[in-house]
Amino acid sequence: EKLGLGRAATEAEVAAWDLDIFPDGSNLPAGKGDVWTGEEVFADACAVCHGEFAEGAGNWPKLAGGADTLDHEDPLKTVGSYWPYLSTTFDYVRRSMPFGAAGTLSDDDVYAIVAYILYSNDLVDDDFVLSKETFSDVVLPNAEGFIVDDRAETEYGTFTNRCMSDCKPGAVEITTTVVFPGDPNSGFDATPISQAVMGTAGATPDAAASTEEASAEDAPAEETAVVGEVAAPAVMALDEELVAKGEKVFKKCKACHKVGDKAKNGTGPILNGVFGRAAGTVDGFKYSKPMLAAAEGGLVWDETELSGYLANPRKYMKGTKMSFAGLKKDKDVAAILEFLKSHSQ
Amino acid sequence: EGDPLITEVQEWASSLGEGVDATPYGMPIEFESDVVRRNVEWLTADQISSINFTPIHALDGTITPQGCAFERHHSGAITLKKEDYRLMINGLVDTPLVFTYEDLERFPRSQQTFFLECAANTGMEWAGSQLNGAQYTHGMIHNMEYTGVSLRTLLEEAGLDAAGDLKDKWVYVEGADASSNGRSIPMEKALDDCMVAFKANGEALRMEHGYPVRLVVPGWEGNMWVKWLRRIEVMDKPVESREETSKYTDTLEDGTSRKWTWAMDAKSVVTSPSPQMPIKHGKGPLVITGLAWSGNGAITAVDVSLDGGVTWQEARLAEPGKKMALTRFYLDINWDGSEMFLQSRAMDETGYVQPTKAQLREVRGLNSIYHNNCIQTWHVNAKGEANNVEVS
Repeated sequence: EKLGLGRAATEAEVAAWDLDIFPDGSNLPAGKGDVWTGEEVFADACAVCHGEFAEGAGNWPKLAGGADTLDHEDPLKTVGSYWPYLSTTFDYVRRSMPFGAAGTLSDDDVYAIVAYILYSNDLVDDDFVLSKETFSDVVLPNAEGFIVDDRAETEYGTFTNRCMSDCKPGAVEITTTVVFPGDPNSGFDATPISQAVMGTAGATPDAAASTEEASAEDAPAEETAVVGEVAAPAVMALDEELVAKGEKVFKKCKACHKVGDKAKNGTGPILNGVFGRAAGTVDGFKYSKPMLAAAEGGLVWDETELSGYLANPRKYMKGTKMSFAGLKKDKDVAAILEFLKSHSQ
Repeated sequence: EGDPLITEVQEWASSLGEGVDATPYGMPIEFESDVVRRNVEWLTADQISSINFTPIHALDGTITPQGCAFERHHSGAITLKKEDYRLMINGLVDTPLVFTYEDLERFPRSQQTFFLECAANTGMEWAGSQLNGAQYTHGMIHNMEYTGVSLRTLLEEAGLDAAGDLKDKWVYVEGADASSNGRSIPMEKALDDCMVAFKANGEALRMEHGYPVRLVVPGWEGNMWVKWLRRIEVMDKPVESREETSKYTDTLEDGTSRKWTWAMDAKSVVTSPSPQMPIKHGKGPLVITGLAWSGNGAITAVDVSLDGGVTWQEARLAEPGKKMALTRFYLDINWDGSEMFLQSRAMDETGYVQPTKAQLREVRGLNSIYHNNCIQTWHVNAKGEANNVEVS
C-alpha cells in the first residue's frame, strides 16, 4: 500500500550519490591513471598517513606488504596481502579518502593512486596504466581467500553443552593475568598486544609509546607565549562571530591538527599559538624539508603567509607534507584565521 | 548515640533545593560523574576515527542512556540538520525516490528495543586478558528503544517489482559522513526486521549515534547500523565494500577469512563485581549481576559460575529475554569471603550455549579479531578486588 510520500529522484541526484563500484568493475567512471602519476598524487594526498611507499606512518594503515602473513601471528593485512577485490580500493579511495578531504580527488587521480598502490605491492610493473578497460586484468592475490560465514556448520552444533557440575577435571588455575591492570589511559605497559582490533588501525606498543612521547613533548605554554610576543601584538581584538565560523571551517583541519588545552601533535603540528609564530618550531613535530627551509629563511605565520598557505598549500609550498587541497573561499580563510587567532593569545 | 545524619537536622532537610528549570535538559548529579564513556587512546591512530566504551559496569537494568552509549566513528560525528537531511532509495526499484526527514515522520511507525554490539567488542581479548574492566572488555555495546519506520515500508514505497525474485537481491546502505561506511545487506534481512530509526529511548538520536536518522539491523554487527543514513540501493549482488572485505572479516588459523559474519552470537558478562566494581562490603549478601544477549533470538537462561566453570548455577533473569535485546541477570549469594573465579554463560532460544575462549580458539585460532563471544572470567580475591584473567 503506497502512501505517495517522497518524490522521484532525478538522474543527476542518483549519479551524484550512486558511486559504489562492484567487484566486476561495473559502475566504474571513465578515466585512467599510471603508476608514476600515482606516485606523485600519492605523495601529495596520501603519504602523510600511509607513508611515501604505502608502508604506513605512525598508527595509520599500511597499504602494501604483508604477503603470505595471513596464517602467521598478527598478520599484516594490506591491499596486496588481504583485500580480495580491486574495486574496493577504488571505491574507498574515491569516496572516503583522503581522510579529512573525502571526495576531492578526480577520477583520474583515483585511478593513478590505485595503480600506485598496486605497484607498491609488486602486483604491476611501473609502466602499468589503470583504466576501466584494464581494471579486470588485475586479480588480487587473496581473491580466493574468503569463505562465507560457516559458523552454522563449524560452531553452532558444537556449542550446545550446558554442563552444570564437574565440568572441568582438577582445580581451576589462572593461566593468563591481565596485561594492563590499571586505567588503560595511564601507566601504559608496553607489553605486546593483539593487533588490529579496530577498523582503522592496530594497537602496537610503538604507536602507544609515540603517542606518549608526543604528549611529553608538547610545546610548553610559556614558550608559545614568548614566540607570540615577539611576532604578534600581545592582545588581538577578536570578532567572536567570525571565530565561531572559523571553528566550523576548522573541521576540515582537525583530522590532522589539534588546538586547545589538551592538544597534541598529530598528523600535523598543534596549532595553539600559530598566529605570529615562526614556522617549523613546534617541538616534537617532524616537518618537511621545504618547511624547514622556509623556517630557516625566517618565515613567520602572519595573516598574509597563513592566507596564502591555506588557500593553496601545495602551490604556496611545493613539497609540503600537508595534504590539504586548500580553502577555496576567501571568507573561509578569514574565518579560520580568526579562529586560529583565538587560540594564539 | 546515633548517626548524626539521622539525629541532626541536615542542611538539605532544612534549606531549599534548586528550582525547576535549573537545568532545562538535565545532567546526572555530580556524584555520578564517573559513569561516562571512556576510550583507550593508543588503540587507534586518531580520536576521530575511533571508538569508546559504554560504562556497563556502573549501569543496571537494560536500557543504555544515550549520553553514555559507546561511539564509533570512521570520519567523526557530523552535524547534520533535519532540514538538510535526504534519504535516497535507488537501484532495482520501480521509482527511485528521495525522502526528507518530514516524509519519514509520515510513514506508519514501529518501536522496539535492540542491542547494538560492535563486531570488535572483546576483540582485544583473543590473545589473552588485556584490559581490566567490563567497560573495556565488553563496553562496545548499547541497548536502546528505537522508534522509526521499517525498512520494508520504505522499500515498498519505492516498489520492488523491478527487482524481480527477491531471494538473491541485496540492499546497499551508506551514510552521509565522509567515510560513507557502506554495507551490503541481504534482502531477506532488509525486509525482515531492519528499521530506519529517528528516535532512541524516546528522544532524538544523539549526533554521535547518527542524528537525525540511522539504520537499525537487529542482532547484526554494529558496523551495519549505518549512521546518518543517506542512501539505500537495491542490487543483484553485494558491493564488497571496504567495511565488508578488508574489515569486519574474521581470519582463521590457516589464513582463510570468513566474510558475511553478520550475526552477533549469544554472549554475556558479569558487570558487577568486576575490575571497576570491587566488592567493598566484605562477606555476606552479595548481588552478582550482568548482561546477556544474542543476535540469533531471545536469551532463555544465564548460568553463573563462582569457581571458574567447574560448577554452574542458573541466575535469575530480571525479565524474560527479548529477541535481539539485552537481558539483565542477577545471582544473589552469601559471599563467604573466599576467592572466586566469576563467569557467566548465556543460552539462547536456538539452543546455543556461549562457548569458552578455548572452544572458540580451537575453531578460529587467535587472529579472528571480531566476534569474540567467549565466556569471561573475573578473579575476585579475598579483599573483593577483581581482575581480568584466563583460567585452565
